[in-house]
Amino acid sequence: MSLDNLISNWSKLRVRRPQLDQYKDAPYKWAMVIDLDSCTGCNACTTACYAENNLPVVGKKRFLEGQVMHWLRIECYWGEGEESTQEFPEQGAAFLPMMCQQCESAPCEIVCPVGATHHTPDGLNSQVYNRCIGSRYCSANCPYKVRYFNWYNYPESAWPSPLELQLSPDVTVRSKGVMEKCTFCVQRLTEAKSKARTEKRNVQDGEVVTACAQACPTSAIHFGNIADSSSTVAKMWKAQQVELSADKQKKDMKHEKMSAAGEAAGTGAGAASVGAEKLRGYRVFEELRTYPSVVYLERIRSTEV
Amino acid sequence: MSTVVEELDSIGERRFEPKGKDINEDIAWAKINTDVLRSLERPRPIFWVIFLSAVARFGVGVACEVYQYKTGLGVAELRNPHVWGLYISTFIFWIGMSHSGTLLSAILHIMHADWRKPIYRFAEAMTTFSLMTAGLFVLVHLGRVWQFYYVVAYPNERWTWPNFSSPLVWDATAIGSYLTTSVIFLYFGMIPDLAICRDSATGFRRTFYRLLSVGWQGTDRQWANFRITYLTIACLLIPLAVSVHSIVATDFAVSQQPGWHTTSFPPYFVAGALYSGCAAIITLFIILRHTFRFEEYMTIPILEKLCKLTFAISMVWTYLNLIEYASTWYGTDVYAKQALIYRATGTYKYWWWAMNFLGSVVPFALALRVLRTHVPTMMVVSLLLNLGMWIERFMIVTPTFAHGYYPWTWSDVWWPNWIQIGIVAGSFGWFTLLFMLFCKIFPSVSMYEVKEMVYHRIRARK
Repeated sequence: MSLDNLISNWSKLRVRRPQLDQYKDAPYKWAMVIDLDSCTGCNACTTACYAENNLPVVGKKRFLEGQVMHWLRIECYWGEGEESTQEFPEQGAAFLPMMCQQCESAPCEIVCPVGATHHTPDGLNSQVYNRCIGSRYCSANCPYKVRYFNWYNYPESAWPSPLELQLSPDVTVRSKGVMEKCTFCVQRLTEAKSKARTEKRNVQDGEVVTACAQACPTSAIHFGNIADSSSTVAKMWKAQQVELSADKQKKDMKHEKMSAAGEAAGTGAGAASVGAEKLRGYRVFEELRTYPSVVYLERIRSTEV
Repeated sequence: MSTVVEELDSIGERRFEPKGKDINEDIAWAKINTDVLRSLERPRPIFWVIFLSAVARFGVGVACEVYQYKTGLGVAELRNPHVWGLYISTFIFWIGMSHSGTLLSAILHIMHADWRKPIYRFAEAMTTFSLMTAGLFVLVHLGRVWQFYYVVAYPNERWTWPNFSSPLVWDATAIGSYLTTSVIFLYFGMIPDLAICRDSATGFRRTFYRLLSVGWQGTDRQWANFRITYLTIACLLIPLAVSVHSIVATDFAVSQQPGWHTTSFPPYFVAGALYSGCAAIITLFIILRHTFRFEEYMTIPILEKLCKLTFAISMVWTYLNLIEYASTWYGTDVYAKQALIYRATGTYKYWWWAMNFLGSVVPFALALRVLRTHVPTMMVVSLLLNLGMWIERFMIVTPTFAHGYYPWTWSDVWWPNWIQIGIVAGSFGWFTLLFMLFCKIFPSVSMYEVKEMVYHRIRARK
């Protein structure tokens, strides 16, 4: 029975990722673009995520111990050294919202012993709480460290009555000993898809967004379907010339080329502007070949504020 | 005339004889039985003192685990990114410890190294018990231990399988097979000795040994079957032993974290395993030799051979260790190089230097005959070597979490808390407890093989 299933579907169970043309005919591939130039570090996205996804608030003590459960965190970088020696001290801190990158070739997926984290046909890296046994191997292998483990039985203490009434009924409340992470608000995606299916159409651009994208006051977070070439996110990916299945983007290659040319000519600053200024999309740790689904747009730096 | 020649011979022999005395070839077979069976008699009070302290340590471990099980793994102060802590380091330590039993009992058996015969039995027991201890750590480590069986590949009505590309599944399979085979091998090799126990025991002990010795009479046919089967299991066990620790190494090598993603990890882990296992055998060798007055069987020349073996393995380990440093240092992976520099200069720097000193410099004590024939020194050295190997496992696991790819998660202040230390101490109690029970219930020196050894030596002399 299940043994037959295993033997006859062996090749299907072993899927190499990323597949170059995987989403050619697929209706959906969810992706994001985060414009760091617009991000003000206000943490509205994090708060929205807490509200949407039933994240437990762990309290100050456990926060300081590092057991915080935020799926989306705002990282704050001040640059090297003291404020006086910084390159652009007047520009203040740089912010980076970091959540699960929904990698196409996810390091967490191959190492999970029970297959609790796996790839969905619409390009999400899903987490099956029922199947998770809590070996934490996925977190150990995640380069971004965006997986959060339920160190305690949070449902017991995080929402004292009547606060449990605020919990979203569409999202599982996770128990002790399972791993969790950003899902790209999969409950919203599922709902939108099923609505579209009953109307015999595909989900339209802008019909569904994640909680963080919805809450962002500066619209720094863009969410959409890059399998649909007319969507905003697909257009942004295209404008930034970011390829899903490449481990090095045009921007980096141009930079490399330019710096090489600049060094040869001896005038780095003058030659550095041709065309590349417009390209500022990058993905975090692309060189590890995780093929993330989130594109970040570089902050535009200038000495004059 | 002939007596003079014999005397000259014996003088010549004496000149090249090692300092310690090797096993006496004229030893009576009945004396072997009595000497070994004496170790199974009523223990001295000191036995109970040590035994109860082991039980107490195990109790502390169990209490910590119960608390952690009830409350959640957070009480062990595990956190992002330090998600594994001491449990996995100590798991590797115990798995490593289990390897030398197989080296002595199976590999040296096939190579006809007869000096292993008086000492392989307790080494094989050590293999089994340290594997059982390692298995406990897998369970302690899991977030939802009550569902550990999801890792095991078994056909079920839900049509779900484990993820065969995960090294943890390979681990579960390999450790399961290795533990099963080790237990069978340990028990099977003991059957002729259990028959000896049966013949000299009375009362309920006689029934116990009679059941265990499954009708062993020592007939020619039985011996012929026994030999073939024993050799077959030994041959099966060797690839299992090598694969188990290689697979434990792939837990790290298959992942892509800096400091773990190293092709040389499987041989490095196997060498480290044999190394710590041999050191543990030296420790237990000395303890048994003095507790049970086994000086006639566990002789100094055997200790010397063990020490030479350990020295050779320690040099292999050192070589692989240095190769790993060198390939990281001269490689192009900046993250891995950073991780290496962090190991040597970061928070855990004292541990890293201690590991290199204990693992690569201290074993040179084994190269000196003066030291390796001196029993108290060897006791200290063997314990130091194992301490070094434990630190090695700690240094493999922890700094990579503290200094991985992502700068945002770099954290310098993680140390294991009392829950983790309590569980690790409990595992040592559990191992001691099992080992002490084994020594009192089963003969820890293989009687029939010592007889064989003596017989073969006399025949070779003639």
